[in-house]
Amino acid sequence: MDMLYSILVDPFVQMVELPDFFLQVLWEGFVAGVLYALIALGFVLIFKASGVFNFAQGIMVVFAGLTLVGLHEKGVPAYLALILTIGVMGVLALAVERFVMRPLVNQPDIILLMSTIGLTYFLVGFGEFVFGGEPKQMITQELGLPTGSTALEIGDGGLLILQHIDIAAAVIAIIMVGALAVFFNKTRIGRALRAVADDHQAALSVGISLNQIWAIVWFAAGIVALTTGIMWGARSDVSFALEIIAFKALPVLILGGFTSIPGAIVGGLIIGIGEKIGEIYWGPLVGGGIESWLAYMIALIFLLFRPQGLFGERIIERV
Amino acid sequence: MRLKCLIAGTVLAGTLAGAALPAFAADELHVPLFSYRTGPYAGSGIPIANGMHDYLTMLNERDGGINGVKIRITECETGYDTQKGVECYEQVKNDGALVISPYSTGITLQVIPKASVDKIPVLSMAYGLSAAAEGNTFPWVFNPPDTYWDGASAIIVDIARREGGEENLKGKKIGYIFLDAGYGREAIPLLEQLSSDLGFELMQYPVAGKEMQNQSSQWLNIRRDRPDYMIMWGWGAMSPTAVKEATKIRYPMDKFYGVWWSGGNDDAAAGGDAAKGYRTLNFHGVGSDFGAIQDIKKYVVDAGKSEVDPAKFADNLYNRGVYNSMLIAEGIRKAQELTGKTVIDATDMRNGLENLDITEDRLKEMGMEGFALPMKLSCEDHSGHHKVYVVEWDGKDWQKSGDWFSPDVEMVKPLLEKAAEEYAASNAPWPERTEPCLN
Repeated sequence: MDMLYSILVDPFVQMVELPDFFLQVLWEGFVAGVLYALIALGFVLIFKASGVFNFAQGIMVVFAGLTLVGLHEKGVPAYLALILTIGVMGVLALAVERFVMRPLVNQPDIILLMSTIGLTYFLVGFGEFVFGGEPKQMITQELGLPTGSTALEIGDGGLLILQHIDIAAAVIAIIMVGALAVFFNKTRIGRALRAVADDHQAALSVGISLNQIWAIVWFAAGIVALTTGIMWGARSDVSFALEIIAFKALPVLILGGFTSIPGAIVGGLIIGIGEKIGEIYWGPLVGGGIESWLAYMIALIFLLFRPQGLFGERIIERV
Repeated sequence: MRLKCLIAGTVLAGTLAGAALPAFAADELHVPLFSYRTGPYAGSGIPIANGMHDYLTMLNERDGGINGVKIRITECETGYDTQKGVECYEQVKNDGALVISPYSTGITLQVIPKASVDKIPVLSMAYGLSAAAEGNTFPWVFNPPDTYWDGASAIIVDIARREGGEENLKGKKIGYIFLDAGYGREAIPLLEQLSSDLGFELMQYPVAGKEMQNQSSQWLNIRRDRPDYMIMWGWGAMSPTAVKEATKIRYPMDKFYGVWWSGGNDDAAAGGDAAKGYRTLNFHGVGSDFGAIQDIKKYVVDAGKSEVDPAKFADNLYNRGVYNSMLIAEGIRKAQELTGKTVIDATDMRNGLENLDITEDRLKEMGMEGFALPMKLSCEDHSGHHKVYVVEWDGKDWQKSGDWFSPDVEMVKPLLEKAAEEYAASNAPWPERTEPCLN
């Protein structure tokens, strides 16, 4: 009976008794969700255009962050370093299209996946060779991003602490999602990209350049990676450990669908808030540390009911 | 034709195999360093590796090695990965390695059973299996100057001092945030024992290796639980993230203790000004104002023979690496003295480490006066349970806070003996000690 109480009643009692803390948990979950969504966006962009699960998205986040900070350390002013980093991600996109994607056109998906694993190892080695393996502090202030925090009083002496960088992350993520939505739905390139995603050969037959589209989409994923690198880097450091966190996007993708931008956002928020609430209120019942697998559990439960994810396209194939 | 190909192939394979064999020179002292300059733990691994490498290089450059024999320094990259570490061990064990420095508790735990079979000493300096301090059970393993249990005990001793005595710890809450791996879990049995003996509540917050840079849940729990003190066993990217998260929830930093491995300059600097007051244990000097460190600068760094970023020279973890290599060099020197040989083998090295006796005079000769305290090991005690002190982050660097003090050795020692017995029983048949004691 006690056990049932601690599972079914006690967590909700705690939420009511400490409302400021509950709001803090929701806020932290929301921020984590926004960051997961940003990582997931990078995966979605490339998957939509080429059907490739880009294993290298995590290391692209690290590589972009390291390039930005590394350039600044070498004396390049922050904003110029930002522009140069965007340029580097552009060059990377062109190189990936020319040397990885183009030679593998019409190859099975598994070959393309393997090529992105290879790309991951290349970027790890290249990044360490150029910038070294030591973690670097993000140039938050130099980029004009806000630091510090605001404490809001909630109820009787309760506090809700909002980090300014987290607020900025949420705002930037919303702007980025809006811009990507406009890009995909309202521009000629966006429509071409959707055509390529539907059918490579049909897109080619109407004169769409596959190479151009792939370069654009890898560049867009690079920009998303840079944004993610800045935001995660500001919360902790820019280090190669960030690459591992990028795989937190997997349950987000399972949940939201591999081809849906809104899915990445909604999936990110569900996972972010869900895992925080689970860890804080139910985690102590099993000794804590459930966050690392809870996200996958949530995604698996959703999969039972919607195998294509919340917003993924239902795949109907004739046999 | 086929026969010709076969012969040619055999000759080629033989040549390549020959080329791959280690260059095993008789007049050298091979010291392999297991390092991690890449991967998620590189932030801690790089300064350690630089410090270890540079001290040994300095001995080569300044003195021509140790007693006229050059040190061959090799590095094997483990990435703090246990499997790769074991591969490194297998790689160096037949290459004249004098001592293994795993630089990972996980790797140490794996090589402990191998070391006594292969007759190579393992020097896990202030890390690894705490029970390995029992020299009669673990004749091939050394963990000076302190074990993790000494570290945990020392933090509690310092907290008790601030609270006005051990009796005042009753009813207090002490949180323990740790890397959920062999390293972080090592101190738990001791903390649980202390919690039961002294009556404080121990609250545990594990951080999975994959989540090192995503600790907001742990720190939300800490904010809710409001522990009176926090203790951290962090490494790699975990430590700077924890310091940042602690500042985010406005945890009083002067009540936040890290073990010596969570005391990197970058670890504390990540929290900015708000991290002022963060405290960690230490057992060697801070900064570059020591003769040996100045010699490293002169003979190695300024001569362009170091990989250290000049701005990070003599950082806390760099000095830790220097201290570690000093123990290795002194072990070699002692072995040379005991055997009368200048070129020693791993068995001699084991005897050298077991008879280490670094006196105040010897520290002065080495240019390490004030850098370290004298230390002595014995056949029974491979750690020494030496004094430590606390350093406090002032926003820019570590500052000594208070005097050197002892962990609660009387309490730790019997527990270590019991743990060593349990280890031997659970790994039966554990070999009886047959190595001679030269103390």
